Amino acid sequence: MKFRVPRIAPSEITPPEVYFSRRALLAGALATGASALLPAAEAPQPQGEALKYTVNPQYSVKETPNKFEEIAGYNNFYEFGTDKDSPSRYAHTLRTRPWSVTVSGEAEVRGTFDLEDLLKDQALEERIYRFRCVEAWSLVVPWVGFPLSSLIARFKPTSRAKYVEFTTLYDPRQMPGQRVPILNWPYVEGLRIDEAMHPLTLMVVGLYGRVLPNQDGAPLRLIVPWKYGFKSIKSIVKIGFSSVQPRTAWNLAASDEYGFYANVNPQVDHPRWTQASERRIGAPFLAARRPTLPFNGYAEQVASLYQGLDLHRNF
Amino acid sequence: MTLTQRYRFIYKPLVFIACLMPLGWLASGAFGWFGATLGVDPVKELEHECGKTALNLLLLTLAVTPVRELAGQPQLLRLRRMLGLFAFFYVLLHFTIYLVLDLELNFATLGADIAKRPYITIGFTALLLLIPLAVTSTNGMMRRLGRRWQSLHRLVYVIAVLGVWHFYWQVKRDVREPLIYIGILAVLLGYRVIRARARRRDATSRGTAPKTPQKADVAS
Repeated sequence: MKFRVPRIAPSEITPPEVYFSRRALLAGALATGASALLPAAEAPQPQGEALKYTVNPQYSVKETPNKFEEIAGYNNFYEFGTDKDSPSRYAHTLRTRPWSVTVSGEAEVRGTFDLEDLLKDQALEERIYRFRCVEAWSLVVPWVGFPLSSLIARFKPTSRAKYVEFTTLYDPRQMPGQRVPILNWPYVEGLRIDEAMHPLTLMVVGLYGRVLPNQDGAPLRLIVPWKYGFKSIKSIVKIGFSSVQPRTAWNLAASDEYGFYANVNPQVDHPRWTQASERRIGAPFLAARRPTLPFNGYAEQVASLYQGLDLHRNF
Repeated sequence: MTLTQRYRFIYKPLVFIACLMPLGWLASGAFGWFGATLGVDPVKELEHECGKTALNLLLLTLAVTPVRELAGQPQLLRLRRMLGLFAFFYVLLHFTIYLVLDLELNFATLGADIAKRPYITIGFTALLLLIPLAVTSTNGMMRRLGRRWQSLHRLVYVIAVLGVWHFYWQVKRDVREPLIYIGILAVLLGYRVIRARARRRDATSRGTAPKTPQKADVAS
């Protein structure tokens, strides 16, 4: 794969009609004093470099994916601010090349690897996954990536590696949200090794067939489709193998609200949101709420991982 | 033009239009007027903006007394009822959007939310408490209730605390914005505590009972 930094692409230059409609909006916003409502003037379009990949129907749901601007314009990435449109507004400051990942802990192969080196042997595939946020909204997303298991295999974890810990980049200059101590930066997430090795667990580098937009966790992020979205850590710079359960960011922030497992479970309510149902982003008015499925609909594939585990206590 | 006429024909209509502007802005987003949009999740945008507008108006209602006393503009009281009723209007919109567009009229979920989620419990309580205040906001009710009217309408302090608390508890982690609301509310309520103490001190030093509210305070 080749990456280059483009000059200002024609698609980046704001056409006059958009520019003028933005001015009209601004005037309207000032008039009402409702500047918080300033909408994004234009729908963002996929702009990253096109990727080579195959479609994997075996692991794809049949549902229609959300539009690009719904996926890339509405998400949580507190490193860039806490509003849903903060990541798409501010993540342009993130530099995703060069990028390296440091591997440590209970593995035979450790060290710092250039991302291109980690990616060069991986065959990319597109998988359409459901995405369920703990805040009870959901999306359907065509990710491009490769199974985490094939990356882990390369590092040869030892028999003592019971958990995998991931860490997001910490650099408040690139990630201004980290200047505010909302979470214990850097963001850390983790999986049990068997969860990490599960074929559904994906390392993602692309969206809609193109290089992942910064706001969605470029250049390398995790996607664990049967868990709430906050488990799927973005912009990963460290992977560690450990015999003890990692202290993860949201669990540290509020352990009664965010468990280590965070499996999607309509039976276990969150204190703030019902988890029995969810609102599908982009669905028509009055037809957006749908029942939440155990393990986000992936129970057949993953429920066996948790046999004998009390899911109400280990939420 | 007399003062009463200025209020009737100029100030009150202007405040009325200003209070409708957040609704106009949301409507233009919802219907795509002037190219406005409500973003990717219009339901949340409508729900949150109505809630925040209600809180803004509630705090504005509570700001009337300090401002008229500190600025020596007692006639400002004439605008307070409209601000309070608009706060109630936006609370109702906020709740209606939550029930109809967010929960899609799933009453079982509504019941569970009110019973199980503390921030919804207190928010719903605040909504219920606002109803008697709105119902007794007419001149006729003021006359009929007399002294008791003011006691009843002191409920607004409880409602404001519940409303701001509802906002604070609803936020996941970034509490900076709700903290601003808490700060403003603390100033508005603190002013009343300090004023009440000062009045009591005055009254004891003069050996008279605390001043009862004047009729003009209540009826305008």
